[in-house]
Amino acid sequence: MNNNEHIPFINKALGKDQSSLFRPSRREFLKLGSLAAGGLLIGIQVKCSGPSKDTSTFSPNVYLSIDKDSTVSIIAHRSEMGTGIRTTLPMVLADELGADWKKVRIEQAVGDEEKYGDQNTDGSYSIRMFYEPMRKAGATARYMLVKAAADSWDVDMKECTVKDSAVSHASSGKSASFGELVEAAAKLDLPNEGGVELKAFKDYKLIGKDVPIYDLKDIVTGKAKFGADVELPEMLVAVIGRSPVVGAKIKSFDKSKAMEIQGVQEVVQIEGSEGIAPGLDKALPGVAVLATNTWAAIKGREALQIDWDLGENQDFDSGKQLSEMLQRTAGEGQTRRERGNFAPANFLQGDAMEKTYLAPFYAHATIEPPAAIANYADGELEIWAPTQHPQWAREAAAAAVDLPVEKVRVNVTLLGGGFGRKSKPDFVAEAAFLSKAMGKPVRVQWTREDDLHHDFYHSHSAQRIRASLDGSGKIYSWNHHTVFPAIGATSNPDELHPSDGEMGLGALDFPYNIPHIRLESHESKAHTRIGWLRSVSNIHHAFAICSMLDELAEKRGLDPIDQVLELLGEDQTLSFEDEVKGTFGNYGEPYEKFPWETARMKKVVKKVAEAAQWEKAKREGKNIGFAAHKSFLTYVACTVTVDKDSKGNLVIPEVHYAVDCGVAVNTDRVRSQFEGGAQFALSLATSAITFKDGKVQQNNFDGYKIIRMPQAPKKTYVHIVESQEKPTGVGEPPVPPFIPALCNALYKMTGKRIYELPLSV
Amino acid sequence: MKNFSIQVNGKSHEVNVPEDMPLLWVIRDIIGLKGTKFGCGQALCGACTVHVNDEAVRSCTLPVSAVGDKAVTTIEGLSEEGEHPLQEAWMEHIVPQCGYCQTGQIMNAAALLKKNPSPSETQIEEEMAGNLCRCGTYNRIKAAILSVSSST
Repeated sequence: MNNNEHIPFINKALGKDQSSLFRPSRREFLKLGSLAAGGLLIGIQVKCSGPSKDTSTFSPNVYLSIDKDSTVSIIAHRSEMGTGIRTTLPMVLADELGADWKKVRIEQAVGDEEKYGDQNTDGSYSIRMFYEPMRKAGATARYMLVKAAADSWDVDMKECTVKDSAVSHASSGKSASFGELVEAAAKLDLPNEGGVELKAFKDYKLIGKDVPIYDLKDIVTGKAKFGADVELPEMLVAVIGRSPVVGAKIKSFDKSKAMEIQGVQEVVQIEGSEGIAPGLDKALPGVAVLATNTWAAIKGREALQIDWDLGENQDFDSGKQLSEMLQRTAGEGQTRRERGNFAPANFLQGDAMEKTYLAPFYAHATIEPPAAIANYADGELEIWAPTQHPQWAREAAAAAVDLPVEKVRVNVTLLGGGFGRKSKPDFVAEAAFLSKAMGKPVRVQWTREDDLHHDFYHSHSAQRIRASLDGSGKIYSWNHHTVFPAIGATSNPDELHPSDGEMGLGALDFPYNIPHIRLESHESKAHTRIGWLRSVSNIHHAFAICSMLDELAEKRGLDPIDQVLELLGEDQTLSFEDEVKGTFGNYGEPYEKFPWETARMKKVVKKVAEAAQWEKAKREGKNIGFAAHKSFLTYVACTVTVDKDSKGNLVIPEVHYAVDCGVAVNTDRVRSQFEGGAQFALSLATSAITFKDGKVQQNNFDGYKIIRMPQAPKKTYVHIVESQEKPTGVGEPPVPPFIPALCNALYKMTGKRIYELPLSV
Repeated sequence: MKNFSIQVNGKSHEVNVPEDMPLLWVIRDIIGLKGTKFGCGQALCGACTVHVNDEAVRSCTLPVSAVGDKAVTTIEGLSEEGEHPLQEAWMEHIVPQCGYCQTGQIMNAAALLKKNPSPSETQIEEEMAGNLCRCGTYNRIKAAILSVSSST
């Protein structure tokens, strides 16, 4: 079993940037959803760089229709989990088109690879990949409407203007709404690509502005539909007792007490995955209690008696493994990148410093626990689920009920948080299987305990960095050791080293101008399901690297910001290719298209120093910490100040972020991702998942502590670099630099360096 | 199983459920109002917050038998069309990210303002501490509440 094709940062880039326009049939349009199929229909097929399965062409389609009442309907084919993508991509199209944003309707796409390409909403790449295609689609529709108007008025197209869903011709005073033009426009041939011109950036009315999210009112009135909110007639609710240890098998179970609970209808065994590498897309073995309501299913599950053969992971102790991993970093590992000469004699001169960094397992803990609804009837399956990856959900559900994927329809609800958890379709497979078993619609409902006990965790990690200085006090060598159970090990127990993809997240791309660099990885086994969590391995890599740099700057008597600017060196485009052993993934993008530019990082570093009044804060003795880290092709620098309140609790008065994400498409959503990213990262810095006897020790939010309002940074300022560069992601990049900036600030306050997470505050 | 007559959003509902069924599941599964969310089942996250009389309560741990004839208000009953000042402030500040916890946040904030129409920033933080947001919208929630506080 190999699930790697679904891991966004592991995939290779295709490097294609072509697109072609096509006209979908009305029938096809109707199949897409409830889009109006009366007026002008346009599809655009885009071949663009990004994650791709080796076997298929990555060719997402963008669909829009314009109706006779001027309503513009746009299909959102990415999942909405809080980033605003369901708003922002249609907004780009609408702006390019010249549509009245108030008259735009957004329709959520079902999971369909043929139509939309890879829909996995992950890896912070939706904007990066679809900014241009959405503009092309909008410009195409605009071209056709203008042409229809100009033809009927017998004027030059160039003299026509488009605004608020209408085309006007100033000198003749003629004007027509989109709705009045669609019939004529629909009869025109599609323009060839060269015939379509994009607007100048200054002419955009929505792009680069604060645009409220489409679902805002539905959310605040409770009308927004999340995973568990769909109601079907005769639907049963399933709560499942799953293997408490990964690799456990059911010896036997007794359902009699569960069946006594009023409302419980049936108890069904789920064979689920086998062995200690259960895969990323299979249900875990378990026993499901199906009832007429959620409470009865919960009570029924409590009453179940399952006798487990716990298997070889039953002795797993995460603390013990972490100590072993730390030990291993002292030895020689597998070299993943090398620059210069690491002969021991080379390091006898000058001063050396060696530090180790430990970080724990993390759970995603989306406030909406996984839930999915399945309706298997007449040889077809329909799913409603809060999934980041509707196609994988479709495939996993099809496999669970032995149907071809064409017989499975996946409707995507809003997601009550995703952070990588809801890319994995295990909970959808459960619902599909149970609906078939019962011959009725079934909602699978995970409880919080289920969520924390059966997640795909962010790996715990051990790192060791040894750096030496030359005779003049400059950093001469940097030897970084990293070890953490790999995501790939969840599907393949023989994967003992992190993949190139995981190493490429903040480790291989160490950008600093140091003459001797060596990066080594070490072996470790996965004893649980490992997955990806918002910014993935960047979390622990940035923690170690930026903490170490801060300590080195102190040793060298330098300001940490001055040191980073020194280490970034001249403005230049870096190249890692000759030094990296294996593949440098660059987040799925061709390197020449999105290279590492030191000038862009220097700019955000300087910007954050200025905005946070770094020098003044230092003079005034404020406890301020700094870190800078590029991830998902976005450059970020961050400062955090810390203090204590009268009760001795940690207070974070101020966080500053400077960010260069190219064009900031929806500035409000860029800011909100950073505000939220700081809070998400603070939760990571202060929480942990631990295992004993193979089982997760945290049961609910009393054990796995997400920060609450009093702990949140009081102010988070987001300073966005104005840029016309290609846009890059903002969902994940806020997380990595926050933790080391916080640790560096805490050092100022306490005099103690932080080498191990979680922090005790 | 027992018959209960409970008052939700000004309407009386006759339900036949076990006495220990939490109000949350009565609201969601039996009455069919989906704006109140399930997050933890242990009164630790606040996603299920509703009003019982004017108090914010965690409906996931309140057994239906303890509700009696008190008036239950869910997000659907807070206002007709989302015109409660807090809902308007939430839109003005574009508070939500994923949005899942926000109905509970709004209900908790509404109860807070009923009790104390001009809370200080610290009071807001303390009173809202029971409502988790994983996306990290705490600053905007605070700003939205402050904007409708009668002290501003």
